[in-house]
Amino acid sequence: MELVCPAGNYPSLKAAVDNGADAVYIGFRDETNARHFSGLNFNDRKIEEAVAYAHAHQVRVLVAINTYPQPANWSRWQAAIDKAAQLQVDAVIAADISVLEYAANTWPELTLHLSVQGSATNCEALQFYKTHFNIRRAVLPRVLSLAQVRSLMGNTPVELEVFAFGSLCIMAEGRCHLSSYITGESPNMCGVCSPARAVSWLEKNGVLESRLNQVVIDRYQQGENAGYPTLCKGRFKVDGELHHVLEEPTSLNTLDILPELYKIGISAVKIEGRQRSAAYVKQVTQVWRQAMDSYLASSSTYRVRDEWNTSLSSLSEGTQTTLGAYSRPWQ
Amino acid sequence: MKLSLGPIQYFWPRDTVYKFYESIQDLPIDIVYLGETVCAKRRELKLEDWVSLAKMLASSGKEVVMSTLTLIEAESELNSVRKICDQQGYMIEANDMAAVQLMSAKGLPFIAGPFINIYNARTLAMLQKLGLKRWVMPVELSGESLREILTDANGLCRDSKIETEVFSYGKLPLAYSARCFTARSRGLPKDNCQFVCLNYPQGQDVQSQDGQGVFTLNGIQTQSGSTCNLLYDIPDIIETGADILRISPQLTGTQAVITAFRGAFNNQPSINTSDESYCNGYWHHKAGMDNDHTHTLGKS
Repeated sequence: MELVCPAGNYPSLKAAVDNGADAVYIGFRDETNARHFSGLNFNDRKIEEAVAYAHAHQVRVLVAINTYPQPANWSRWQAAIDKAAQLQVDAVIAADISVLEYAANTWPELTLHLSVQGSATNCEALQFYKTHFNIRRAVLPRVLSLAQVRSLMGNTPVELEVFAFGSLCIMAEGRCHLSSYITGESPNMCGVCSPARAVSWLEKNGVLESRLNQVVIDRYQQGENAGYPTLCKGRFKVDGELHHVLEEPTSLNTLDILPELYKIGISAVKIEGRQRSAAYVKQVTQVWRQAMDSYLASSSTYRVRDEWNTSLSSLSEGTQTTLGAYSRPWQ
Repeated sequence: MKLSLGPIQYFWPRDTVYKFYESIQDLPIDIVYLGETVCAKRRELKLEDWVSLAKMLASSGKEVVMSTLTLIEAESELNSVRKICDQQGYMIEANDMAAVQLMSAKGLPFIAGPFINIYNARTLAMLQKLGLKRWVMPVELSGESLREILTDANGLCRDSKIETEVFSYGKLPLAYSARCFTARSRGLPKDNCQFVCLNYPQGQDVQSQDGQGVFTLNGIQTQSGSTCNLLYDIPDIIETGADILRISPQLTGTQAVITAFRGAFNNQPSINTSDESYCNGYWHHKAGMDNDHTHTLGKS
């Protein structure tokens, strides 16, 4: 099982490579990938250095070109595919049918992975992408229970990669328009969710208020920890009650089910966080490398160590973690 | 320009569903989409019931389409989609790539629902080769994008025309999750949801802390807080080359909406859309919740 780590810039890539990643995933500095944040990602020159560094250390490079191009600038996605193929990266992670079609037809040697944004959750959907674009692997949306992942392993036509750690998308990826409904920009179209340009903070009578395009996402009393106003983690009112209607600020952590993921034959575990710092990438990569090595050294005695969880919790949203949809009660 | 009635997004009792479709039988609606698209646990109607409704509506001259589940997680859910795709004589609306795969593998035509991610004409052309006859534009795309896509499609797509449908009235389907938010709001786990969404035939309003309507909960689906209404944008929609306007069923008022839209084809809108609770931002390339007042129809 491969440990796939995020790298939003060169220092993060180095941190992942130096601390035990088997593969890194990166993106170009434009809207062709789902982490199109200012100051993030790789320009043409930097990406060459990145690929060279990773390959020199036998770490695979996966390039995310996983947003949905709209007509006016389709050529930008075409150029991204061409560039990735010319760089001889190990795989491109894509979601849009036209992008996959172009890549499969133009660069038949290029390995394709279906992005989580492709939103394939069942064997028929996976078969579609296998039949038409010969994808080798698919990243599963964070909507399946562990039992459902196991069942899908029984009839998937491609390798499966699952999310192991990081910020928790609670909606089926690739099928969430919440961000564009509030701000006009979405993961599918613009590579962003709850974009920073739409965030504003207001302090009034000791209460700190976070807003997204003027919509109140949360209010914090003095002493409460204020989090980034990701709209699905806000506190709203339903039936007169105020609570985290969709989800609490929390991160996914699957260290507990790592043995299961090995046993059912998952090909890769993915760490979320291309928008996070090199220090985050270093720490998460170290913990996961240790956990995986510990399991591989002796699967029967594998135990999640307290220091791993402590380390990961300190990096998590709201400093709490969850198994998310893998666990039925969460659903 | 045709008018369609999308699938019922909410969980209604069986009787309510039957009465609803009986009430629209004689209304000026051209196409009716039937079936459960949100949650596989909602089984007030069996497939045979949907087929009987389909026959009733077809005999009233409606074009009937069988819609399929949007988020497919379990093998049992996939099997229910397979059964619908095996129905002879009905067009299928695919809301997941599974249904696209099932229909295209059989060489049968299909319609792509709003959650099949078609954001450009190349994707449209590829799916046309596989049997796509009609697509419902993803709700977050703008009129400007649609115009560009259809212009590109003229050069890319085969001779036969692809029909384009635009979600034009109702709560916008925005997201799907493994989690049931309606059950969560009542402190219940999904596996023991007690079908509480039957109590919310129009969904549950989600308000911000200063009282603004933000979203609507509908089981595992999250909808827009405001009702999308493109009534005053109809001339612009026609001009882009779209063929069908979709109205999403609501518990009450759907008949009036159908009448208003039909009237608007004749340049006679008859419902008041200055109401701030309406939204049409997506069509105008803005945040979906926005309400753009620069309409052309009915304003002199």
